[in-house]
Amino acid sequence: MAQDYHQDEHGPLHEHAHHEHGSELSEMQLRVRALETVLAEKGYIDPAAIDKIIEAYETKVGPHIGARVVAKAWTDPAFKQALLADGSRAVLTLGLLNRVGDHLIAVENTPKLHNMIVCTLCSCYPWEVLGLPPVWYKSAPYRSRAVNDPRGVLADFGVTLAAGTGIRVWDSTAETRFIVLPMRPSGTEGWSEEKLAALVTRDSMIGTGLPKQAHEVS
Amino acid sequence: MDGVHDMGGMHGFGKVEPEPNEPVFHAPWEGHCFALNRAMSYAGLWTIDKARAAREELPPDVYLGSSYYKKWELGLESLIVELGLAGTDEIEAGHALRPGKSLARKLAAAEVPNTLTRGSFARPAPAPARFKPGDRVRTKNIHPATHTRLPRYARGRTGTVEALRGCHVFPDTAALGQGDHPQWLYTVLFEGRELWGDSAEPTLQVSIEAFEPYLESA
Repeated sequence: MAQDYHQDEHGPLHEHAHHEHGSELSEMQLRVRALETVLAEKGYIDPAAIDKIIEAYETKVGPHIGARVVAKAWTDPAFKQALLADGSRAVLTLGLLNRVGDHLIAVENTPKLHNMIVCTLCSCYPWEVLGLPPVWYKSAPYRSRAVNDPRGVLADFGVTLAAGTGIRVWDSTAETRFIVLPMRPSGTEGWSEEKLAALVTRDSMIGTGLPKQAHEVS
Repeated sequence: MDGVHDMGGMHGFGKVEPEPNEPVFHAPWEGHCFALNRAMSYAGLWTIDKARAAREELPPDVYLGSSYYKKWELGLESLIVELGLAGTDEIEAGHALRPGKSLARKLAAAEVPNTLTRGSFARPAPAPARFKPGDRVRTKNIHPATHTRLPRYARGRTGTVEALRGCHVFPDTAALGQGDHPQWLYTVLFEGRELWGDSAEPTLQVSIEAFEPYLESA
């Protein structure tokens, strides 16, 4: 079974659609259950640890952490400077996480420059501040097109940049990890960090989206 | 290796399809597959690059035709079988047929919160960095049949060193089990036209994270 590859009935364009259908679901359920049973019986894994990992990524780690980082940078110039200088160290000072892994790099959007993050070779993504990546981030369309057609990719997300905005794409080909610091929306002067954080979408921190506008959360 | 995983710039994969309100895992088996990978990598028998290589070495039709976590499942099976941790007959049977090997580390549930943070890939430098920010560099035209993190679209191209990111584990050797061989890591910035010719978006810039052995002076 291990080397008996079963071709999915849907291609990569349907990576998220086919989860809703039966065939692969049941095949993969059985296959993963078989593997987990073998590994547990061999004494290699503790099933309680497996459950704990799943729970952590479903409930604890996610883009709400990155949103707090961005909101802090919007309100605290010293923090913003520290974040752009050393992302890992600056995020640690917020106390949202016990530890922050090395090599987190924050890149700043400006009226002249829009940043977008991709991993063309696999799926490298800043898990600690954004959680696990969405399916589209790991998909062939995004990984192939982000580096040569980023405006077309943005159009797929319904995003059009202001005329004159250049695009910078960061391909995550090593263990450095990137988070986009989007521009603070207008009309948010005097807002609390908490209220600002509600404007910060996951996609705005990847560079495939923009933050919500003030009227969308007030 | 020049595989289908190296997708930057390829045509024909279609539109990016964001999924509104996407769950972290689309089915329970995805969470289990993810967690099994995390728990088994904790044992320290392989590096992150070896795990990536295992997925890249899946047959091209399997790689392209499988969902993300199915690739993780197939990659994990192949590592487990390759290292003799379990046999295909056991995975087929869904039960251990022989006693397990003794592993140096086993992830306990209580330890899981401490594994949500990435480790550091920085290592002491064996020699001074050869390049500095502002230097013009050319990526080498290399085609190793084994794991590398220099994407095809950025080989033989001239760019500018933007930043020095420290001295890190070298994926090309780590994936082969040949050790860290620490190398200096640089962000190298390319103009869109250098990568894609006249069809490039005029304002596009793309950077990769490039290890020193990938680079020569331009």
